[in-house]
Amino acid sequence: MWDLCTNALDTAKLRGASYGDVRVMHLRQRDLTTKNRQVGTLAQSESIGLGIRVLASGAWGFASTDRLTREGVAACAAQAVSIAKASALAKRSAVVLAPEKAYVDSWQSPLRKDPFEIPLETQLALLLAADTEMRRVKGVTLTETNMQFRKIDSWFASSIGSRIHQRKVISGCGIAATSFQGEEIQKRSYPNSFGGQHTLQGYELVESLDLMRYAPIVAEEAAALHSASQCPEKFGTLILGGSQLGLQIHESIGHPIELDRVLGQEANFAGTSFLTLDQLNRLKYASNIVNVVADARLDHGPGLGTFAYDDEGVPAQCTDIIKEGKFRGYLSNRETAHLVGLDRSSGTMRTESWNRLPIIRMTNVSLLPGTWDYDDLIADTQDGILMETNRSWSIDDRRYQFQFSTEVGWEIKGGKKVRMLKNPSYSGITTEFWNSCDAICKFDHWTLWGTPNCGKGQPMQTMGTGHGASPSRFRNVRIGTAFSKQ
Amino acid sequence: MKAAAKKKKASGTNAGAAELLHERELRGIVDTVLRLAKSTEAEETEVHVDEVADALTRFANNGIHQNVAEHGLTISVRTVVDGRTARATTNRLDEDSIRSTIETSLSLARSQPKNPRLLPMPGKQRYRDVRRFIGRTAALTAEDRARAVRRACDLAVKKGQVAAGIFSSGQGQTALGNSRGLFAAYRETRSQFSITMQKDSAASWAKANSADVRAFDPQRLAVRASEKAHRAVNARELAPGRYMVILEPAAALDLVGFLFYDFAATALEDKRSCLNERMGKQLFGKNISITDDVSHPLQQGAPFDGEGLPRQRVLLVDRGIPRNLVYSRVAAKAARKEPTGHGFALPNEYGEAPMNLVFAGGDSSVDKMIASTERGLLVTRLWYIREVDPYEKVMTGMTRDGLFLIENGRLTTAVRNFRFNQSLIEMLKNVESLGPAVRATGEEAFEMVVPAMKIRDFHFSEVTKF
Repeated sequence: MWDLCTNALDTAKLRGASYGDVRVMHLRQRDLTTKNRQVGTLAQSESIGLGIRVLASGAWGFASTDRLTREGVAACAAQAVSIAKASALAKRSAVVLAPEKAYVDSWQSPLRKDPFEIPLETQLALLLAADTEMRRVKGVTLTETNMQFRKIDSWFASSIGSRIHQRKVISGCGIAATSFQGEEIQKRSYPNSFGGQHTLQGYELVESLDLMRYAPIVAEEAAALHSASQCPEKFGTLILGGSQLGLQIHESIGHPIELDRVLGQEANFAGTSFLTLDQLNRLKYASNIVNVVADARLDHGPGLGTFAYDDEGVPAQCTDIIKEGKFRGYLSNRETAHLVGLDRSSGTMRTESWNRLPIIRMTNVSLLPGTWDYDDLIADTQDGILMETNRSWSIDDRRYQFQFSTEVGWEIKGGKKVRMLKNPSYSGITTEFWNSCDAICKFDHWTLWGTPNCGKGQPMQTMGTGHGASPSRFRNVRIGTAFSKQ
Repeated sequence: MKAAAKKKKASGTNAGAAELLHERELRGIVDTVLRLAKSTEAEETEVHVDEVADALTRFANNGIHQNVAEHGLTISVRTVVDGRTARATTNRLDEDSIRSTIETSLSLARSQPKNPRLLPMPGKQRYRDVRRFIGRTAALTAEDRARAVRRACDLAVKKGQVAAGIFSSGQGQTALGNSRGLFAAYRETRSQFSITMQKDSAASWAKANSADVRAFDPQRLAVRASEKAHRAVNARELAPGRYMVILEPAAALDLVGFLFYDFAATALEDKRSCLNERMGKQLFGKNISITDDVSHPLQQGAPFDGEGLPRQRVLLVDRGIPRNLVYSRVAAKAARKEPTGHGFALPNEYGEAPMNLVFAGGDSSVDKMIASTERGLLVTRLWYIREVDPYEKVMTGMTRDGLFLIENGRLTTAVRNFRFNQSLIEMLKNVESLGPAVRATGEEAFEMVVPAMKIRDFHFSEVTKF
């Protein structure tokens, strides 16, 4: 692979590139699903190719190919340089990159059990058993389960001399039960909706989930939601479960801190950000107990945003985003770091595949644990609603106004969970919401959740991001708007 | 190790477009896979070959900041053994890799219980001829795109605005064959220009998409976005509530696009469609008729489905009444209907969906709708639309890039963006007038043929800060 990389970089230099970086990537994926006690999808795929990004005439060009011969790679590199020269026809200013050292390294994400070595029969048997268990519950009309495994090898080389090989193994698994009765469709999922939990781990993730224990619980809750009371419409106290809070972080902190959005580079598609450059170190983003980091290091946990180097050859880092409530940092790359006074990229350039350009992405953007025990948090809440497991999510293109709904809610009265609520939802303005946070549970309740489906960029790229969170409480939140008839 | 097919020069050494393989070369790949599968225990084999050559020029802050090109070809093999089936996919074309892919497919297939619903693969089919490969689009170069982008950015600079957007072009083809003699092939070109013009905190947007790059003029789109951005400054805050709205085609598309899977027979069987218990009833207004028609001149996509069946024209909604669904072969057998050619590639759990929706248009226009509105809102674009209630089909999302107040038949001022929570079923009961159906393109739904719509009592629940 290194020969292909060298060939590409040499060709680019010969054609006039002042900088180049190249990624050969080999991606393998296995998808298993069941529906109503039958196997649904059963597929495996692999893709290998090369993408090269170059600077020529002060502008960027990128080309990719699956033709991994000397001629194919040379043609691809030459095309990237030609595209860069075409970009220069409409460039605004010459690209300047923050300095970075050259690294020669090899890294593999830790795993205990390679999911591709586990017999398919074992994997399917577990899914079918969980599916059957859910289907036993009266009132359940649709049962679904899934597993997804990915193994990604990437060989990165750049014209400053880096040669980095990384291997990542990602696992995902989840189950869901749906119930249609009267004029309502209700659903419960475990351990999270939209495909479950996804982490940078092996098959040990699946084994840790204990699907057979939770299958009947989610099925019974899906059926029970039909007879639950409607979530009221009011301003009140809200407690968010960890996975829902993970998505709240993703949408209302993770995206607004992407420096490419802030600088207008996503204005046509993903949108911009309310976090204009003048807000850095000034904005009171959240209450004093809120601390958020973007941490790609393995020390943070096996998240979907964990790696050793980003796809620009910059080592994984931990960046303070919100410290004691104050806005402290953006996600940057080598091109944008100097615009926020940094002398170095924060290492957040990531690509979906060999045929996509690396762009600024969330790593693991996590809310650091607080001090509360979960039982104490519930006991301390006189009148509130606990919402768990995302059902829908939406936020404006500058990331101010959001609305989320969850699969289930629980009314809390006098420090106790007293009854189930259906169709819960809440909405708000990002900074008002985060400033209303008055309790965060401690590390014992903290989970590094995986969001495997974050879409950004044109052409669209899907990326996995990590979000550590523990259940937390927010005051005076607008509740129930999504189902309002007003 | 013998190569099954030589990959063509992906792109040459200039910034021009790649050439796709000839159809006979695609057929050669399909034949190679079928020949290699014969010496395995596969009882039936199906092969998909997909090739893409796409390029996209992206601009922001009045200059190009990303500019990319890709070429790729994948082979996807589905085998059947003893009533079981599975799929394996690769982009390696040498015979050893193809053999390994066939073996992977067989190994996956063998690992599962028998599938009692699995049908034998279909034999030879006849397809309607659809031609959507335009040489002019295929030949577009990075320089061509850069020149168009520069003109749009120059306009922005002249108007004191900031432009961001994309200009993309490309081509793709797909071939499908199976061991029962079925063979189908299709190729198309695609092009797209999208632009956002920003003036301080105001913005507006225009976009077009076609197989033929000559079907739209990037500069006209730039002018349109620029003029609307100029109007969008000093947005006024209005109270949330129910408003008369005029949805431009892109906004209408991005909402009604969320209905497409509800017309899948499998979605009804699974009881996750909003049409459960509602087929044959007057669900929408009488001015709403929807057809799925891959042959429509404004549509794109292959005239065959994931198993190679010809896509049929299906009348889904007739004057407000949902009349028909689409059926894969498996769903059709379960429902004792004929398949309509809308199945996804097997194996899958979703069955089928109409992918070429065409809404019937009307004789109004956006201008006429504005002129006939005493008080209402003109909506340019919607954003981040998600389903809140799957049975009442309540969708939430935001307006974006140009929301304007209409008073006494005229646009009077820009308005701060709203969040909506709106049932699509209720919305399609409340359509007062329709414009001509056009090929609409947004960001939330795939392209469809949809008219502008004037709708009463559209529910905006909250307002944002810009």
